[in-house]
Amino acid sequence: MAIFPTICFYVFSVLLLASAAMVVSARNPVHSVLFLIVAFFNAAALFLIAGAEFLALILVIVYVGAVAVLFLFVVMMLDVDFTQLRSGFQRYLPVGTAIGVLLLAELVFVMAGWQFHPSVPRLRFAPATTGVTNTVALGRLIYTDYILLFQAAGLVLLVAMIGAIVLTLRDRRRSRHQLIRMQTARDPKETLELVEAGLGVGVKTLGIYRPEVTEPGGIDDDPLAAGQEAGVHHAPEAH
Amino acid sequence: MAGLQQVGLGHYLVVSAILLVLGVFGIFLNRKNVIIILMSIELILLSVNLNLVAFSASLGDMVGQVFAMFVLTVAAAEASIGLAILVVYFRNRGSIQVEDVNLMKG
Repeated sequence: MAIFPTICFYVFSVLLLASAAMVVSARNPVHSVLFLIVAFFNAAALFLIAGAEFLALILVIVYVGAVAVLFLFVVMMLDVDFTQLRSGFQRYLPVGTAIGVLLLAELVFVMAGWQFHPSVPRLRFAPATTGVTNTVALGRLIYTDYILLFQAAGLVLLVAMIGAIVLTLRDRRRSRHQLIRMQTARDPKETLELVEAGLGVGVKTLGIYRPEVTEPGGIDDDPLAAGQEAGVHHAPEAH
Repeated sequence: MAGLQQVGLGHYLVVSAILLVLGVFGIFLNRKNVIIILMSIELILLSVNLNLVAFSASLGDMVGQVFAMFVLTVAAAEASIGLAILVVYFRNRGSIQVEDVNLMKG
């Protein structure tokens, strides 16, 4: 029955395009993110119809499970006045529509006057093997011929992770850190006092029972952290 | 693969083209909101993936799906770095308006 996949395709693609249109035009960014999730689900369904089961599930897991939730988290976390951000909406509508129509016309022209070269079936890199599932076929490929690219993809993800952590890590100085530079710069003259104590005289009576020791590198008066905090807090007022 | 043969490659390409145009349209429409711009970029990359998968299934060549997987990886990395930059920017300036990003204008 050839009619069933076609009906499924139309349903999912109409939903995909409608939710994509809502992503770019929704009034509330939270709704945008939720429509983005709907779009990803429908795109995964289209992948399934095309026979790419592994990529469809990866799309659901990676995009819906990680990226879209990350977007949602950032939208919720940033306290932004979103009505102000939409003020130029009407102004940018004509130029956006014009460029969109132009791009769509170009793509239609390309699609109308395009066909496969006769030698295309001979030029395939890795013809799909029959009798195995899509995941097995993909695994056989990426762990053999494309192992270096696979490792490079992992490296890209590692760099992205380190970059995101480095960018957003903020040292709050809430805890008592061990300051190595203060410890090594300690002078015995500042902390050690030799007292001539007479016979029968307790340390307490001399008044040096517990000498006053300044806290090395107090929690709040570290010049580096203080400068950073001040810079962070005064920047919004400056504008 | 059977599903795509019945639906036809052209249909997939049309859907992918419209999705790409919607993504570009979104970038122009929401010039001030960086979050929506990042989501539009995700839509554009999704349309690219749809194209790659459609051609891969149509030609019976698995390399298209391998490539789509790498595009997915790069898109995820891009989203995380972009959102990290956004968070740092908001922390420093108290706003995410694209028009305010003029610190390097000299």
